Amino acid sequence: MANTTEAADHLGNEVLHEAEAGMPQLDPNIFPNLIFWLVVSIVLLYLILTKVALPRLNSVLAERSDAISNDLEQAQLFKKRAEDAEAAYNASLAKAREEAQQIAADTKAEINRELGVLLEKADAEIAAKSAESERRIAEIQESAAKSVEDVAKETAAEIVASFLPGGADQAAVDSAVSERVKG
Amino acid sequence: MAGGADHGDSQFNIHPMDQFRVEPLFGSGEVHWYTITNATLWMFLTVGAITLLMVFGSRGRALIPSRGQSVAEMTYGFVRKMVEDVAGKEGAKYFPYIMTLFLFILGSNVLALLPGSFAATSHIAVTAVLAVAVFVTVTAIGFVKHGAGFLKLFWVSSAPTVALRIVLAIIELISYFVRPLSHSIRLAGNMMAGHAVLKVFAGFAGALGVGAVIPIAAIAAIYGLELLVAFIQAYVFAILTCVYLNDALHPSH
Repeated sequence: MANTTEAADHLGNEVLHEAEAGMPQLDPNIFPNLIFWLVVSIVLLYLILTKVALPRLNSVLAERSDAISNDLEQAQLFKKRAEDAEAAYNASLAKAREEAQQIAADTKAEINRELGVLLEKADAEIAAKSAESERRIAEIQESAAKSVEDVAKETAAEIVASFLPGGADQAAVDSAVSERVKG
Repeated sequence: MAGGADHGDSQFNIHPMDQFRVEPLFGSGEVHWYTITNATLWMFLTVGAITLLMVFGSRGRALIPSRGQSVAEMTYGFVRKMVEDVAGKEGAKYFPYIMTLFLFILGSNVLALLPGSFAATSHIAVTAVLAVAVFVTVTAIGFVKHGAGFLKLFWVSSAPTVALRIVLAIIELISYFVRPLSHSIRLAGNMMAGHAVLKVFAGFAGALGVGAVIPIAAIAAIYGLELLVAFIQAYVFAILTCVYLNDALHPSH
């Protein structure tokens, strides 16, 4: 019994001794020192952070998010402008195309009209010229027939004169020849 | 220290816990509360590193941030989002407080991974002060905001019977008071264990000669893990603070 107590005592002492020697963390003599300097460090760090670092970081981050949202707004604006410009361009393009088609149609109609007028004029001229030609052909035919008659009359008168000198009646010969030519 | 002599006779001359000793920076002797120690140095270096990151990194105030400013902004955004997601819009008021805690723990954890450094967050005294500060602050916020209504946090009104509610209230109450304990031991324990393991493997490497490649490879792997743990533990501490804050701001279940 005494032995066990002794052993336990010994063990207890050893544990205590081990704790002192082995684990500096459990030595109460250093606690005040650690606690004091810890409090100093923590207070110092807290002051540095709250007075300088955190407000600065806060403002930098706020500025950045402002700048980013500004830029996004700006970009939205520019995008809208670009879309408007594109719409205007498309509208003016469509308008120009329409105008061009209108002009082309107008020009075509104009040309057709002028062409019609010219054709009509040309037709009229052609008709006039052919009428003139026909008239002249008729004239020539008539004059040719007249010349034949004249020659026949003269020839007949000569023949009559040579057969019956002095007794030729010009008028009678003419009428007879005319009668024969017609017949 | 006596520890060195005690372990001197063992085969491997490993003192994995020596790295956690608090010693005066100048000279030697008693560690008084005001003595400038290695703990002081590394806590101040933590504050300096964070200042470098958060203040000098962002001094350009550029619209298009530099690398340093980007990191500072991402850290800011990360903690801010965490606070607002977990504790709601009302919690944003306490954001600087949580930011300070998170950055201090993160900075201390990461700096502690430098060889020869001192891990302030591996000391239960340090993490206990941080956790108790959170506990007291959060409890005070709860009572200031809601008065006695804050006690609704412990009264589970959705439980079917009054007897059950009483049992649950006792459990809730106990779990509430255990919070600072788990909050602080989780951080200190993780840091201490990781650093002790690194030191143990370093001791093996020193004792094994050519075979040291194996423990050195293990150190490289554990170092990566410890880097992860450094971030995760800072994150866990901060997010639990947010959760406790949320309980204080919205105590009804």
